[in-house]
Amino acid sequence: MTYIDLTYTQVAAAALLILINGAISIALRLGMERTLAWASVRTVLQLWLVGLVLEWVFQVDRWYIVLALLTLMTLIAGITAGQRNRRRFPGIWFNTIVSLWAATWLTTAYVLLVVLQDTTSWYQPQYAIPLVGMVLGNSLNGTSIGLNSFTDTLVSHREQVEMALTLGASRWEAARTPVQHAVRTGMIPIINSMMVVGIVSLPGMMTGQLLSGTAPIAAVKYQIVIMFLIASATALCTVGVVLLSFLRLFNTEHQFLFRRISD
Amino acid sequence: MPDDEPILEARELGRYVPATNKWLLQHVSLEVAAGERIVVVGPSGSGKTLLLRSLAWLDPLDAGTLYWRGRAVTRHVVPRFRSRVVYLHQRPALIAGTVAENLQYPFQFSVHRSRRFDAAQIEHWLRVLRREPDFLQKSSRDLSGGEAQITALLRAMQLTPDVLLLDEPTAALDPASAQGVEQCVSQWFQEAPQQRTIVWVSHDQEQAARMADRQLVMAAGRIVQGA
Repeated sequence: MTYIDLTYTQVAAAALLILINGAISIALRLGMERTLAWASVRTVLQLWLVGLVLEWVFQVDRWYIVLALLTLMTLIAGITAGQRNRRRFPGIWFNTIVSLWAATWLTTAYVLLVVLQDTTSWYQPQYAIPLVGMVLGNSLNGTSIGLNSFTDTLVSHREQVEMALTLGASRWEAARTPVQHAVRTGMIPIINSMMVVGIVSLPGMMTGQLLSGTAPIAAVKYQIVIMFLIASATALCTVGVVLLSFLRLFNTEHQFLFRRISD
Repeated sequence: MPDDEPILEARELGRYVPATNKWLLQHVSLEVAAGERIVVVGPSGSGKTLLLRSLAWLDPLDAGTLYWRGRAVTRHVVPRFRSRVVYLHQRPALIAGTVAENLQYPFQFSVHRSRRFDAAQIEHWLRVLRREPDFLQKSSRDLSGGEAQITALLRAMQLTPDVLLLDEPTAALDPASAQGVEQCVSQWFQEAPQQRTIVWVSHDQEQAARMADRQLVMAAGRIVQGA
C-alpha cells in the first residue's frame, strides 16, 4: 500500500473546510471570525515550523540535537502542567518538570531500547521525538489533573488533615487520603481512553499510520504499545508530582505547611 | 520523672510573618505541670490560638524551643508527642461515617497500633453524659455542633493523653451544648487529676473561673500575666 502525498493545492482545498466554521460564526453572530482566522493561521505556521525543524533534525541525525529538542519539549510540558494548576506553592515548577522528565524519558527509553529494539540508534529521531511528544502530551494532563486534585483536597480538607496530625498521625498517614485521591483522579483520563480505544474513536497515531499505508494490524500493534507507554508514563508522572508536592507541603516535623499554598 | 518537672515547657517561642514584618507570637515562655487546669484569655488576635498550635507543634516556630517532659521536641518524637499532647480545633473535624467510626479512626495510626478501641470506656462516658449508646451509630453528618464537639472530645479522651489543648471548644455552641462539653472535659480530668492537664482558650470569664485554676492573659502575641 502507498499513501497519497498531498500537494499544496490539496491542503488549500482542506482549508476550505474552515469556512464552515466562519459561516456558522457569521450566521449566529458569534463574533469568532477573527479568532478562527488567527487559529487557522497559527495551525499552519506552527505545524509548518515544526515540520521544518523535524526535517532538519531527521537529516542531521545527531544525538545531542535530539536530546536538546526533547529537553525543550519536556520543559515546556512541565511549565504548562504547573501553569494549569489553580493553586501555587514554592517548587511547583520543579515538581512538574522533574516528574514529567523522569516518567516520560524512562518509559520511552524502555520502549525504544527493549520493545522496539530494531532502531538504528537509541536517539533515532523518527521514533524518539514522536514517542516522547505523545507521551508528554498525555502525561501532562494526568500531572495537572492529579496536582490540582491534591492541592484542592488539601485546601478543602485542611481541618481533617490537621485533625489526623493532632491525633498522632505521621505526615504520610495524614496526607494519605488526598494523595490516593489525587493519583486516582490523575489516572482517570488515560484509563477512560484505554476503555474506549478503537470503539469510540481511532487514536490519532493509528489513523496517521493507516493513512500512510500501514497495514491495520501493524498499526494496531503500534497503538497498543503506545497506549501502554502513555498509561505507565501517566501513572509514574502523577505519582511523582503528587509525592514531590507532598514533600513540599508537609515537613519532616509532621507539620502541614498550609500557608505555602496560594491561589 | 520528678513530680515538679513540667510536662510542657515553652521557652521564648516566636512566630513571625516576613510579609508584614510582624511577630504574631513573641518571647512566649510557659511551664505546664501535670494536674494543672489553665485557661488562656485575651482579646481576638492576641495569639491564643497560635500559642495552642505551637504547643501542639502544628506550625513551624520562628524562635524558641518546646520541651516535652524535659526534652526538646524533635521530628523523631512528633507523632508520639501528639498522641500525648492532643489539640482540639474550635470547629471539630470529623470524618464521614458514624460516631463509632470517628472514635475508631485514630487507631489506624502507627503510634496507636498497640492499642484497641475500648467500647466499654466510651459507653461509660456516654452514660455520664446521659447519652444513649445508639449515639455511636449516628452519622457524623447528622450531629449538632455540640454533639460533634463531644465526639471530637471523646475521640481525644480515649487516647488518654497527658495534656488536652482546647481551642475555644464551646465558642460556637448554645449554653446547653457548652455545658455538655464542660462536663465531658471535667469528667476526663477528674478520673486522674494528678496526671491530666488542660489548657483551654476561652472568651467566657465565668467558664474560665469554673474550668481553670490558673489564668494566662495574652496581648499582642505575648503572655502578659500568669506565665
